Amino acid sequence: MSAQESILELPAARHAGRNPVLQAGLHALRRGGAIFVFFLLWELAPRFGLVEAAFLPPISQVLATGWKLLLNGQLPQHFAASLARSAAGFALAVVTAIPLGLAIGRYRLFAQAVNPLLEMFRNTAALALLPVFILFLGIGETSKVAIVFYGCFWPILLNTITAVVTVDPLLIKSARTMGLSPVRLFRKVILPASVPTIFVGVRLAGAVSVLILIAAEMVGAKSGLGYLIIYSQYNFQVPEMFLGIVSITVVGLLINALLVALEHRLTVWKRSGGEA
Amino acid sequence: MAQAGTLEIQHLRKNYAVNGATLNVLENINLSIRPGEFITIVGASGCGKSTLLRLIIGLDTQYDGDIFLDGRRIRDTGLDRGIVFQEHRLFPWLTVRKNIETGLLNNTRFSEAEKEASVRAHIELVGLQGFESAYPHQLSGGMSQRVAIARALVNRPEVLLLDEPFGALDAFTRHFLQDELLRISSEEGITMVLVTHDIEEAIYLADRVVVMQPRPGRIRRVVDIDLPRPRPRNSEAFARYKDDLLKDFSVGEHPEEILAGNIEQPA
Repeated sequence: MSAQESILELPAARHAGRNPVLQAGLHALRRGGAIFVFFLLWELAPRFGLVEAAFLPPISQVLATGWKLLLNGQLPQHFAASLARSAAGFALAVVTAIPLGLAIGRYRLFAQAVNPLLEMFRNTAALALLPVFILFLGIGETSKVAIVFYGCFWPILLNTITAVVTVDPLLIKSARTMGLSPVRLFRKVILPASVPTIFVGVRLAGAVSVLILIAAEMVGAKSGLGYLIIYSQYNFQVPEMFLGIVSITVVGLLINALLVALEHRLTVWKRSGGEA
Repeated sequence: MAQAGTLEIQHLRKNYAVNGATLNVLENINLSIRPGEFITIVGASGCGKSTLLRLIIGLDTQYDGDIFLDGRRIRDTGLDRGIVFQEHRLFPWLTVRKNIETGLLNNTRFSEAEKEASVRAHIELVGLQGFESAYPHQLSGGMSQRVAIARALVNRPEVLLLDEPFGALDAFTRHFLQDELLRISSEEGITMVLVTHDIEEAIYLADRVVVMQPRPGRIRRVVDIDLPRPRPRNSEAFARYKDDLLKDFSVGEHPEEILAGNIEQPA
């Protein structure tokens, strides 16, 4: 019966193609359906006693708490603190790792020589170094920005090096037949050809920046979303704790959306118009 | 157009070191190419025909003997020579116009106005008006190859080198672009050197066909093609040239495959 129903639904979906409103609605349902079901379960499970509401309050309660903290200024304050730290560390990593990676990548032999060392650093979990950072830089802002910087630095650096080293040699040869000087060759060919791969590293770093910051804020901080989560948990303010978690997800999504938009702008040549 | 574009190749010899052993890729190549002449080079895989182009364009300067362009020895890549490869090698992040403009980046002879005029003229020359702001991934293989030709010509070089430029295209597009190339050749009066493994293409285009043979790569003979253009591919005279040239490939080769352009080329 259900199979028959789904077959019957198909022509309806096809008709929807002619109705933009209906089509948009179906599209939203397809894209957002799973999320909607998830939040519905979150709302209903505590209400029907499937889980202990004290440990998992319904999402509506979490959002109500969010509204309260928004109005009394606590949420914006934590939000801003976290965003500032992660943005600072991330931006610092971008402006240092990309130029360094470009420089290392240009000298293939040097790149080969330092690569094992870089791999080692990258695989030293940033959080494992957190105590070292705190030891040297204290528990203030500096250590938190520094650890975010450290975590973001490696994926960007390594991807930038890879990007430069793996530029299609045929394009380089082709540019050389046009008599391009090494500087021009770098600016006009190697750099633009590297952008997509560099961005893989930048987006990776975007995710890393949030991850590391929250952990750092849980260990030693007086503000920020990580602090909000851990502090609420100590005080058994469970809705506040979940609010902190949801806020972090929002931060992560925001950062990713921003980076995707930027990447889209920079690599417009990959898909502009026409044939897909 | 000045009568520039004379290529003199004398006692050219090229070795590669492969795993310690020396591989003789080109042996005693002597060839004089007149300004505006259309030369095609045919030969089986490994006869060194692509290597010869690499040396003329100046991508590889490690060789014995001499290559002179208008009396100057070739030491590097330069704007007096343009090249088109089998793969178009366009920059994917640049539009058609920008790709062609890249060819002019190092040009100091032209004023800005001349550069712009040259870009416009060459877009027209290869018939790409209306596609100026398209990106390479939006173009067909034949159109990409036209852009590559325009980019190679935009500096108004004396010599245009073509390394199996139509090898990856379907037969229809190939024939069409061959005619386009002949038109460009007669309009611009540029010296053309085209490498191919398609004997029919070689005869159709050339004033002279240079037949090369491998191990070591050397010139077997040079055949003058005394046929008025356009040359019907099915004419008797055309067939005679074809039969004659195919004899050079009959030993240990597969003429049908060479004729169809199916012989594999080394990377």
